Amino acid sequence: MKKLRYAGVLTAVALALAGCGGQKVGEDKPAAAGKDCGTFNLTVSPWVGYEANAAVVSYVATKDLGCKVVKKDLKEEIAWQGFSTGEVDVNLENWGHEDLKKKYITDDKVAVEAGSTGVKGIIGWYVPPWMAAKYPDITDWKNLNKYAALFKTSESGGKGQLLDGDPSYVTNDEALVKNLSLNYKVVQSGSETALIQAFRDAEKNKKPLLAYFYEPQWFFNEVKLVKINLPAYKAGCDADPAKVACDYPPYDLDKIVSKKFADSGSPAYDLVKNFKWTNEDQNAVARMIAVDKMTPDQAAQKWVDQNQSKVNTWLGKN
Amino acid sequence: MASITGSVEIEVRRPRRSVVVGVLLVAWVALYFVLRGIDTLVLGGQETTALHRWLTEHRDDVGQGNVFFDAIRIAVDHFVVLLQDLISQPSFDRPVPAIGWLGVIAISAYCAWAFGNWKVAVLTAAGLGFVGLQGLWQESMDTLSLTIAAVLLSLLVAIPLGIWAGLSDRAFKVATLVLDLMQTLPTFVYLAPLTLFFAIGPAAATIATLIYAAPPAVRLTAHAIRSVPPESVEAARSLGSTRGQTLTKVLLPMSRSTVVVGINQTIMAALSMVTVAALIDAPGLGQTVLKALQTLDVGVAFNAGLAIVVIAIVLDRVTTAAGDRPWRTANRRRRLLLAAGAVAVLVAVWFSRTYVWAAEFPSTVNVGSRIAVIASDVTDWVQNVFGGFTYGVRDAVTNGLLNPLEGLLTGSPWWLVTVVVVALAFVLGGWRGAVPAAVCLGLLVATGVWQDSMVTLASTLLATVVVVAVGLALGVWAGRNRRVDTWIRPVLDAGQTMPPFVYLVPFLALFGTSRFTAIAAAVVFAVPVTTKIVADGIRAVPVATVEAANSVGSSSWQVISKVQLPVARRAITLAVNQGLIYVLSMVVVGGLVGAGALGYDVAAGFAQSELYGKGLAAGLAIVLLGVMLDRITQAAARRTENFTTRGDKR
Amino acid sequence: MTAQLEYPDIQASDALLSVQDLWKVFGPKAQRVPRRPDLAALDRTALYAKTGCTAAVRDLSFDVAPGEVFVVMGLSGSGKSTLVRCLTRLIEPTAGRLVFEGEDLRAADEKRLRALRRSKFSMVFQHFGLLPHRKVIDNVSYGLEIRGESKPDRRRRAQEVIDLVGLAGNEHLYPEQLSGGMQQRVGLARALANDPDVLLFDEPFSALDPLIRREMQTEVVRLHREVGKTMVFITHDLSEALKLGDRILLMRDGAAVQLGTGDELVGAPADDYVRQFVRDVPRADVLTLRWIVREPRPDESLDGPELGPDVLVREATRLVLESDRPVKVVDGGTLLGVIGDEEILAVVADTN
Repeated sequence: MKKLRYAGVLTAVALALAGCGGQKVGEDKPAAAGKDCGTFNLTVSPWVGYEANAAVVSYVATKDLGCKVVKKDLKEEIAWQGFSTGEVDVNLENWGHEDLKKKYITDDKVAVEAGSTGVKGIIGWYVPPWMAAKYPDITDWKNLNKYAALFKTSESGGKGQLLDGDPSYVTNDEALVKNLSLNYKVVQSGSETALIQAFRDAEKNKKPLLAYFYEPQWFFNEVKLVKINLPAYKAGCDADPAKVACDYPPYDLDKIVSKKFADSGSPAYDLVKNFKWTNEDQNAVARMIAVDKMTPDQAAQKWVDQNQSKVNTWLGKN
Repeated sequence: MASITGSVEIEVRRPRRSVVVGVLLVAWVALYFVLRGIDTLVLGGQETTALHRWLTEHRDDVGQGNVFFDAIRIAVDHFVVLLQDLISQPSFDRPVPAIGWLGVIAISAYCAWAFGNWKVAVLTAAGLGFVGLQGLWQESMDTLSLTIAAVLLSLLVAIPLGIWAGLSDRAFKVATLVLDLMQTLPTFVYLAPLTLFFAIGPAAATIATLIYAAPPAVRLTAHAIRSVPPESVEAARSLGSTRGQTLTKVLLPMSRSTVVVGINQTIMAALSMVTVAALIDAPGLGQTVLKALQTLDVGVAFNAGLAIVVIAIVLDRVTTAAGDRPWRTANRRRRLLLAAGAVAVLVAVWFSRTYVWAAEFPSTVNVGSRIAVIASDVTDWVQNVFGGFTYGVRDAVTNGLLNPLEGLLTGSPWWLVTVVVVALAFVLGGWRGAVPAAVCLGLLVATGVWQDSMVTLASTLLATVVVVAVGLALGVWAGRNRRVDTWIRPVLDAGQTMPPFVYLVPFLALFGTSRFTAIAAAVVFAVPVTTKIVADGIRAVPVATVEAANSVGSSSWQVISKVQLPVARRAITLAVNQGLIYVLSMVVVGGLVGAGALGYDVAAGFAQSELYGKGLAAGLAIVLLGVMLDRITQAAARRTENFTTRGDKR
Repeated sequence: MTAQLEYPDIQASDALLSVQDLWKVFGPKAQRVPRRPDLAALDRTALYAKTGCTAAVRDLSFDVAPGEVFVVMGLSGSGKSTLVRCLTRLIEPTAGRLVFEGEDLRAADEKRLRALRRSKFSMVFQHFGLLPHRKVIDNVSYGLEIRGESKPDRRRRAQEVIDLVGLAGNEHLYPEQLSGGMQQRVGLARALANDPDVLLFDEPFSALDPLIRREMQTEVVRLHREVGKTMVFITHDLSEALKLGDRILLMRDGAAVQLGTGDELVGAPADDYVRQFVRDVPRADVLTLRWIVREPRPDESLDGPELGPDVLVREATRLVLESDRPVKVVDGGTLLGVIGDEEILAVVADTN
């Protein structure tokens, strides 16, 4: 015991001696950030596609405009609340949410729209590629009943299983199953993680799986899921949630910013407003983050270096 | 030997009760086949009741913009940020925190030594060093800042409340009831509403953690004050102490070690909550875990989870050592050493403020990525080897046990279930069991999520049975064998503190998305605490009693079944009870891996504004299930105990 | 055993502490029990069945004289520990009067009560009631500390009493490092430290083993001789009561059965309960000649040896048996009577 204490003292002395040659804190201070951009709060929703948006915008804002970007990992609903408290300034990928737009933009007037991101969101029912290859007609919803037995699991009570996702996503699936007279039961997987794991397992072990999913999603880079064609979407066919019998509408994903931020005159607001790219762009960055395990900053830098002209249009430089 | 007579007594009585129970169950099944499908109170996933909509509409009635809440939020935020500035975030116009890693380790180890002993000081230094080597220094310090803030604030609230409950019988009764509710209410339920009061960010996260972590400190402080020998208090009063003097000079010092146990549990609870609070932007390791889950990166999630486990073990051992420290104050030699140590700490802090190598944890050796790779490989291997087999187990259990049970509960009319459960509660626990059961079931109907509650109840019952079986087996084993105990404890600690999110992915791979997966996760989470309580109970059986049993030639099995288990009955009741609460607290996490029902409702209420009211109702339903099961088991245990006491007196 | 009959009957005005019609009832609406004669008359079981109340102390009256050692004795559950706590209102009595030095204790407010406890009363407890987190010297000086004395003063005073009770050298140990007997010496020192007028002992030695117990009893006798405090001593041990007590109050089910000196209890038991209680006492050690003296028979010669009436039978045995004539018992020149062999043998040989 005594010995150990002395050992401790010795170590401390050794450390002290070793330390005297070290580099001092603050000797290589990074160039002062600043100009007129200031700080803004960016919410980061829990999917990798969003993270790609966030990575690129904050990389450009920090590097080219000298802003300080504070990223906050929040669920969508919580992020909307942030507009009214000042905790959130920017949302870079909003999926619809007409009710929240009404509350925070129209009624409370704490947020404003900042245009499309250029990315198209698709929601629907998907099967793993091996199934599409083996049962080519499965992609038509009319044949789903024929294959219902394939999708039976311990959870689906004798019917086929339709696996749903994260509780954050609005779905019409229960109504769809009912209104299209499908012999299926909606089973809640409860999280995106569970959905992806289920698809990964289904493709690898050739297990049948029918599940709610969406694009853009980094997972498409790993497994190219195949979409089932539900009755085509027509404007207004989903007006009554109980009577829905058509596919999900395509989403034009857009950006929302806080009123305060929009009025601040910050150059970062113009950047956010001008930010626009494509599904392919987003997937490329998402893949670097999710599959190649790069940090968001590294991924953004790599993409920006290859797409400087796009970035220049966002910055208003030509 | 008296206790043996007692257990014989129960055995004589048991058949009669079990016959009644059996008859009830058979009648239920028979009626189920007749009445199946009537009045089952089904409510679809996106459907809501009037109550739910009312709750949703009134969610904004209190909260934001309120000066009072704003003041609290700002104060708490500043406190957390101050701690972060000190140890984790670049601050005070410097590119590094005020105190670098060397300083933090030195201060922590010094405190561990001063309050505990030199062994835990070494453990502290090693633990924090390991976390740094994992490449998670800053995240760990963020988690630590938040934990410290939440624990300090918890104690600020909890200890006075605990003292009050310790001194006043009425306060004690109210406190026990409220604390039971607080501990069963799923954290998800108040996570979202809290953001209404305190916005998102560190303040809301700290306050959520506070709510979750304060109960054990209140409970144990009250318990400690109540168990101070009355003679010491009388002695103080007989010498003319005022109430204040009695409190500060007698009650508080004498309850110190039990209060420290309370602080220990508060710290453990806070650590587990800080990870969940990542959902409302709490900084730290929780973020790393959640991020990793998005890309199903088990390795990275495990690495961060491991850091949490290491921090938990360090804090646990240090506080335990502090609690065990004898009354004796420092002798001269120790005081000299402490002073010398303080100087060394100051030197270390100065280094950590001056030199880069002592301020930023060196990233040259990164154990973390290696751990992540190993964890992923192990998971893959397990998945490949056991994959098919585990699906078989799942299907067998689901079809053989879970589905029939769930069918019975969800398929019977609600009034039939109510009548049967209340009757069972009466047979097992008398009025003390039946009345709460009736009230809870009535309220469950009112919540509008009856059917989801029955689904959750079925899974909960099954999970609890497994937890108790495994916990008893492991607990008896560890309780009878010191070596097994020392070997098994760290594993149990890890099971208890590893954030459940970490093992969700492997479990999903092994069992798919299903109720069984949720049950498995709940079992992993609840078995450690059950095992620990059983082991402690078995060990507390007086040696003389066991020797007496051995001296009449009992076999090991007879000693266990006729002496150790009956004598440790109180501990086992507690173990069952805690196992149940732990299983229930995992219901929401279960909802994330396919359990659906109440867990999913709560998670959906957190995520979708139009389902807020339903989520709240589902959260209440979980509490109601908890209260109901708790009361029935307690009442049943009390009954058995009464029989035994009667036997004893004869 | 010293000066047993010095206080044959005390007038209430001489009493240091006077207890009148004291009741302590536990249970719902306890006040009604002493007030209503029909309830007050019920025995323990009947009272509990009717009201759910238990009377731990019922209608006790007695006076304690200055300097006296007053012993309260009874079996467990007889209410003696409740009684001693009622005396300083550690437990609030239900009814009755408590008069100390002419002051009505039941009328005292919180503050006055505290002041009295700080300077006039001290108590020694069965399980010592020490504070485990304080050293011996800090335990002893606790009473001085809370009444606000300066550190040097209380150190000095604590050291005095520590020396007095024979604890010198152990000042800086913690209670858990001491044996049971030593711990109780700490309890005793703590009680003596604030120099009280009355010392209350609640079965202080019953947790100790017999040898230590005897040693501690002797210690109390010595202390009483040296400091001359008034003592109220609770015990369930008759020999302890007889050894220490000037007067003994025997309690049963909360009520007084008999109050008297040790030899009165043994020599003239009030009822069968007391008789059973004192049956195994070696009477020769307790009874004095006063109890066995008889009128001289006409044929006896009165020229035998003379003894005082307060001489113990055992002490007189040899003389009486060796003398061939009866021994005269003379009190201040008056002949009380004589004692012959048969009287002595009846006490020494017989155990009732």
